[in-house]
Amino acid sequence: MAQLNVNGQIREVNVEPETPLLWVLREQLGLTGTKYGCGVAQCGACTIHVDGAAMRACVVPVGSLTAKQAITTIEGLSPDGSHPVQKAWLALDVPQCGYCQPGMIMAAAALLAQNKTPTDADIDTHITNICRCGTYNQVRAGIKQAAGVKA
Amino acid sequence: MSSSMRHPLVLTRRRFVIGSTAAVGSLTLGFHLPREAQAAGAAVSAREVNAWVVIHPDERVVIRIARSEMGQGTLTGLAQLVAEELDCDWANVTTEYPTPGESLKRKRVWGNFSTGGSRGIRDSHEYVRLGGATAREMLIAAAASQWNVSPAQCSAATGVITHKGSKRSVTYGKVAALAASMKVPEKVPLKDPATWTIAGKPLLRLDTSDKLTGKQVYGLDLVLPGMLNASIRDCPAFGGKVVRFDASAVARMPGVKAVVPVGDSAVAVVADTWWHAHSALTALPITYSDPAHPNLSSQSIAAELAAGLDATDAFIDTSKGDVKAALAGAAKTVTAEYAYPYQNHATMEPMNATALWTAGKCTVWAPTQNGEASLAAAADAAGLPVQNCDVFKLHLGGGFGRRGNQDFVTQAVLIAKQLPGTPVKLIWSREEDMLHGKYHPTSQCRMTAALDAQGNLTGLHMRISGQSILAALRPQGAAGGKDAAVFQGLTQSAPEGHLGYSIDNLLIDHAMRNPPVTPGFWRGVNLNQNAIYVECFMDELAYAAGQDPLEFRRKLMKSHPRHLAVLEAVAKGIGWGNKPAPGVGRGFAQIMGFGSYVAAAAEVSVKDGKIKIHRMFAATNSGHVVNPAQVERQVDGSFSYGLSAVLFGECTVKGGRMERDNFHTYPVMRMADMPPVESVIMPSGGFWGGVGEPTIAVAGPAVLNAVYAATGKRIRRLPVATSDVLRA
Repeated sequence: MAQLNVNGQIREVNVEPETPLLWVLREQLGLTGTKYGCGVAQCGACTIHVDGAAMRACVVPVGSLTAKQAITTIEGLSPDGSHPVQKAWLALDVPQCGYCQPGMIMAAAALLAQNKTPTDADIDTHITNICRCGTYNQVRAGIKQAAGVKA
Repeated sequence: MSSSMRHPLVLTRRRFVIGSTAAVGSLTLGFHLPREAQAAGAAVSAREVNAWVVIHPDERVVIRIARSEMGQGTLTGLAQLVAEELDCDWANVTTEYPTPGESLKRKRVWGNFSTGGSRGIRDSHEYVRLGGATAREMLIAAAASQWNVSPAQCSAATGVITHKGSKRSVTYGKVAALAASMKVPEKVPLKDPATWTIAGKPLLRLDTSDKLTGKQVYGLDLVLPGMLNASIRDCPAFGGKVVRFDASAVARMPGVKAVVPVGDSAVAVVADTWWHAHSALTALPITYSDPAHPNLSSQSIAAELAAGLDATDAFIDTSKGDVKAALAGAAKTVTAEYAYPYQNHATMEPMNATALWTAGKCTVWAPTQNGEASLAAAADAAGLPVQNCDVFKLHLGGGFGRRGNQDFVTQAVLIAKQLPGTPVKLIWSREEDMLHGKYHPTSQCRMTAALDAQGNLTGLHMRISGQSILAALRPQGAAGGKDAAVFQGLTQSAPEGHLGYSIDNLLIDHAMRNPPVTPGFWRGVNLNQNAIYVECFMDELAYAAGQDPLEFRRKLMKSHPRHLAVLEAVAKGIGWGNKPAPGVGRGFAQIMGFGSYVAAAAEVSVKDGKIKIHRMFAATNSGHVVNPAQVERQVDGSFSYGLSAVLFGECTVKGGRMERDNFHTYPVMRMADMPPVESVIMPSGGFWGGVGEPTIAVAGPAVLNAVYAATGKRIRRLPVATSDVLRA
């Protein structure tokens, strides 16, 4: 039995400690907004925050976490989709299929939390998530809009 | 056999009217539970005006969409077309998917469900608009009958019907119930697109907000009561079989419920969670038959195709004039050989499907590009009549052609059949997805051209050697070595996409070579490599003739003004004619495909063998435009998909199986690789072209031509990442 602090709530989960956090979120806690894309930390579809830092949940064993670490998923980023990144995404109609977008949004939110006005080079370095629909230019514009920078 | 063959679509006016008068309750979205699905019709007091339009008493308008949404925006575009004719309030519009089973019961009232070939809108715009227009007329007739006036004295706008004489008005929600019982009008004219106020406008998508909060349910996210999860491993070698597997070795692992064979080549583990299922599958000892093609490799396939470049068994698609004589009499001949590799669709959401089988019924929930094909596959695998089966479609986490295939549906049903009464969700691992693709076919091409003393192109032989998609998927369409789809964009007059150059002596032929690798329709299909072959070689010819690449093409495009118009638009947009900065090169390409005229231009530089794309410019003429904002997104996305393919995309074969098994060995475009894109949409009207695919084909050749302009180096073997040309 492990205790996790997910989206501000303490949740108890009964799983093998090596289980990736991704599958605990999806299958034990019903938080399916965090997506499976590759399982090897390549695509970023499973990006979540641990104490505010973007992490790829598919390679984080749940046993490596304690209840003192705050885990935030897309469902907990804001109560009603009102995080500046979500608002910018809505205004710019960023998603196409949308499958990678929870991960994109979490990666973008983590970037903006540590860098309020990221440059194009900062965005290139920090947003390494894969989008096969090709929304990269919309994602870039969304980050700038959320940062209050004219794209 | 596909369901479309069992039930050929003859959507005559009569059939439409029959279907649209049959009243049922509101259909369900796919992720309702089975019990809810059965009860949903009775649970809501909505009124179906006709098959396409349901109007609730509170004015909500539900528009039925038969085609699948996979990111391309078709759901919003089709809703715009229906809403335009319906004259409803766009702010009240939502959508729902009818099921293919319901459609069959109603004589295929929703037409074709297939969503591929950039056909979602251009193949159905007429009958969906008619659905909206017919519903509007029935709503007006209902109001008129209540007022005891002639419908001709009434009009509708933004969901409100008004009687001109008395100024009385009523909302759609108030008369929807009565409207459903009105006579279906015989002849309803459709609006002139010039008068559109909803269609043709850059409206925001209808399906965005749930994608921002994690609420959007994709196939992978479905949860049903009592559901188990499955992970599968199909024999990695092409044509291989499972000889034995040792279920006892994993039976005691956490959560494992069953280890089951799937067909004769695969094994699945079923467990309480997918992670448990996959962990047990990873530990499961499986013995496969010896590889059916142990010596099959990328090298052996390349050699087979290279031999095809010289073969005498080629199918001739275009033969004009006398190419042999033109080459014999040429002042100069130019020859170049190109090669295009296998590629995986690599949708972000791996293949998956959920199935529930009982002795008398089979239900499937799946992200599919073709609900009817899924239904046919489910019925076949279930061993049940199609009437006893149905498919609930879920949003797709990418499709790109991969989800037009139904292998994952078949597998899910074969697994569920071994656990009667229990819903089972099958999810492929990324590795399974990469090793069991329906790959973009590989091909090679030899271009041989004759130039006269003035540098005019007098003859061209284009010999393609490579794999036929139809030979694998629809063999009846590729009899005798003829696969018409191979010549996408190259034909003389097809409305789908004809060659934009007039060449007096022209021979285009194809030597079909079909290695035992399963090919598939991959976004853009054969237009992708054909545009590279034609447009890179046109560039080579222009330089060989000592002419400007734009001027050289113009001379050949006098009879192809629409092709030329998009080409000139991108040349202007990229600044062709202005001298670029030192080290910077520009290039462009044009093609016609999927019924649309497209062109791209690129500006690049090359440093340490690495290409930097500074910016790209696109031009699109799709005839009509339903949502210009979504067309722009498709152009942007097409550049990303096309550049992924040309810069990085390659699935290599060794020992009779695929090698690349995840994104670390199959790199794709990421943020840092993506150039800024400017786009012009220049609709001429007069035809309906697709926009989801054609621009993919011009992304690569525009960049490759720009690389040549910057470096003098010509890359002919793709992808760029494995080419040593820039490092030489």
